[in-house]
Amino acid sequence: MLALTEIVSQGRRVDCHRPWPRVIVTADAWRAIAGALGAGRATLLGLWGETTTVHMAVADEQVSAITVASIDCPNGMFPSVASLHPPAMRLERAIRSLYGLEPVGAPDTRQWLDLGFWGLRHPLGNLKPSVAEEPPYAFLPTEGESLHQIPVGPVHAGIIEPGHFRFTANGETVVRLEQRLGYVHKGIESLMQGATIERASRLAGRTSGDSTVAYAFAFAHAIEAALNIAVPARALYLRALMAEFERLANHFGDIGAICNDASFSLMHAHCGILREHVLRMADACFGHRLMMDRIVPGGVAEDLKPDGAVRIQDTLSELRWRFPRLIELYDNTASLQDRTVATGIVSADLVRQFGAGGYVGRASGRAFDARKALAYPPYDQLDFVAPILTEGDVNARVWVRIREVEQGLALIEQILQRLPQGPIAAPVTASAGRAEGLGLVESFRGDVMAWVALDGERIARCHLRDPSWFQWPLLESAIEGNIVADFPLCNKSFNCSYSGHDL
Amino acid sequence: MRRTLFEGLRRRPLAEAPPRADDAALAELAAQVDCAARRRLGRSLAIREVDAGSCNGCELEIQALNNAFYDLERFGLRFVASPRHADVLMVTGPVTRNMREALERTYNATPHPKWVVAIGDCAVDGGIFSGSYAVVGGVGNVVPIDLHIRGCPPRPMQLLTGLLALLR
Repeated sequence: MLALTEIVSQGRRVDCHRPWPRVIVTADAWRAIAGALGAGRATLLGLWGETTTVHMAVADEQVSAITVASIDCPNGMFPSVASLHPPAMRLERAIRSLYGLEPVGAPDTRQWLDLGFWGLRHPLGNLKPSVAEEPPYAFLPTEGESLHQIPVGPVHAGIIEPGHFRFTANGETVVRLEQRLGYVHKGIESLMQGATIERASRLAGRTSGDSTVAYAFAFAHAIEAALNIAVPARALYLRALMAEFERLANHFGDIGAICNDASFSLMHAHCGILREHVLRMADACFGHRLMMDRIVPGGVAEDLKPDGAVRIQDTLSELRWRFPRLIELYDNTASLQDRTVATGIVSADLVRQFGAGGYVGRASGRAFDARKALAYPPYDQLDFVAPILTEGDVNARVWVRIREVEQGLALIEQILQRLPQGPIAAPVTASAGRAEGLGLVESFRGDVMAWVALDGERIARCHLRDPSWFQWPLLESAIEGNIVADFPLCNKSFNCSYSGHDL
Repeated sequence: MRRTLFEGLRRRPLAEAPPRADDAALAELAAQVDCAARRRLGRSLAIREVDAGSCNGCELEIQALNNAFYDLERFGLRFVASPRHADVLMVTGPVTRNMREALERTYNATPHPKWVVAIGDCAVDGGIFSGSYAVVGGVGNVVPIDLHIRGCPPRPMQLLTGLLALLR
């Protein structure tokens, strides 16, 4: 069996792709890569289309070396990856729906993201056949006695995003959950085509509002790689500062919301206060609570406000005083532990197979954090650990967040101490012709991938891959055998993005 | 837990002083809302939030209205789980084509009298997402809007200021 590096080295190298190599491979090599993924010798980072090409980003298990493999499919067909590596299934279905490119041998040919309301098919592809009447979406069958179905959504009961969940239950026990997503599909990739870098950066920052910093960060990495831009040191540190603010705010929100879904609203109320402290600090430092459009290709758009450092110190001491009491409260409330411990378990094997990142991966023993694995600056200079647990239940996903909050507080202090002086942005000058770049950045939820192909000053193609693509399917597995009433709890412990996934 | 509860009792409330209702919002409402309907509802409104394709940014700030700083419920405003219990639909997003029917059905499930508040820049006209094949472009193209609260996303205090106009 050939190693991944050998398969890839036989392909034709594309010169304008940075920082990691992109190679054009034959159908046989494509199948061999899919086989390596299926055998667990490589991790799938992304699978996306271009008009008549399909790209696949793969990495070794530690995700230290990344390669993009591309296959030309002038006749509109490519060998299915999902037939050998199931985690590629939804990505492949999305390519089929958006581009009309046919994965040959695909195990599931139902539409994905396309719910039949666009008035056209294959919006990003060459061929635009008129919309034929599609049969109603067939949910996967379930067999057995006394089963009943519970359809939930797209409009959910809380202040959350829309999506459809189809539960099949036996009494209280969930036998199967199947998700149907795509309700918030906005066609971001089509809006990207032909956009200026500035507009594309704003779009990237609105792919998933809770990760706006991480998306703008990943997009900036991709552009800077494509155009060989060196970002000033101060901007690198300010980016990390924003990324850690975002992580803190979301983790506080999640920890509270998970407890709230176990009917323990006291934690929710207190965590909500801490989250608000972080958002106000972000506002005071950078002029926007969620820090939208603050990271731009070349650097950052906004310097730390003059009194920002003092504000950060004040907020940090407040958080350091309040948070340990809440950890104690979480850990010592038996009725809460009763709900979170041993609920919604994801196995280590599944997490590895899907290459699931973030707290979902790290609560089930997958030691991947893009800040560590790729050590992009300034994280190569900062001292922190990526906490790992192995239980894989709701409780473990809470604890990974708790530990990451503690790491985040320490990181923010280090960043403040070392914050260099100097300019906050480098000029972005586009080169003539095609330039391609890939960026991978750790959001609070996991690794966000951005791939950009520039044609001069305009975006030819941009693909953004949310960490949720590899987490949503695991939620289907986690809920199996649990009771219906524990679904909100499991769901919140994953907190997958709908908008980031639907694009 | 007891310690946390007692400490909470001793602390000064975190709630911000109530903002004055937004004049522009008042004017927009005066033109559209029947005073008699408003009197019937008194000073309490049930709100149902519908995400019609937002990036989730607006949802985060709407959720913040429930925290101790903004404490929406002290004004008689509260979020409910079903449109059938709601007086107000709070709609975010550019309305994706995939959500259009769900939004219409949510609107139809809400009993009269009802108001629609469109939240965020993209709910006004599709914003940055307008022109996409997947987007209708603005909540007003699908259901009648009584009040706009702009912003990307609007700050919780802006949301509060706009919503209080509904009660004046």
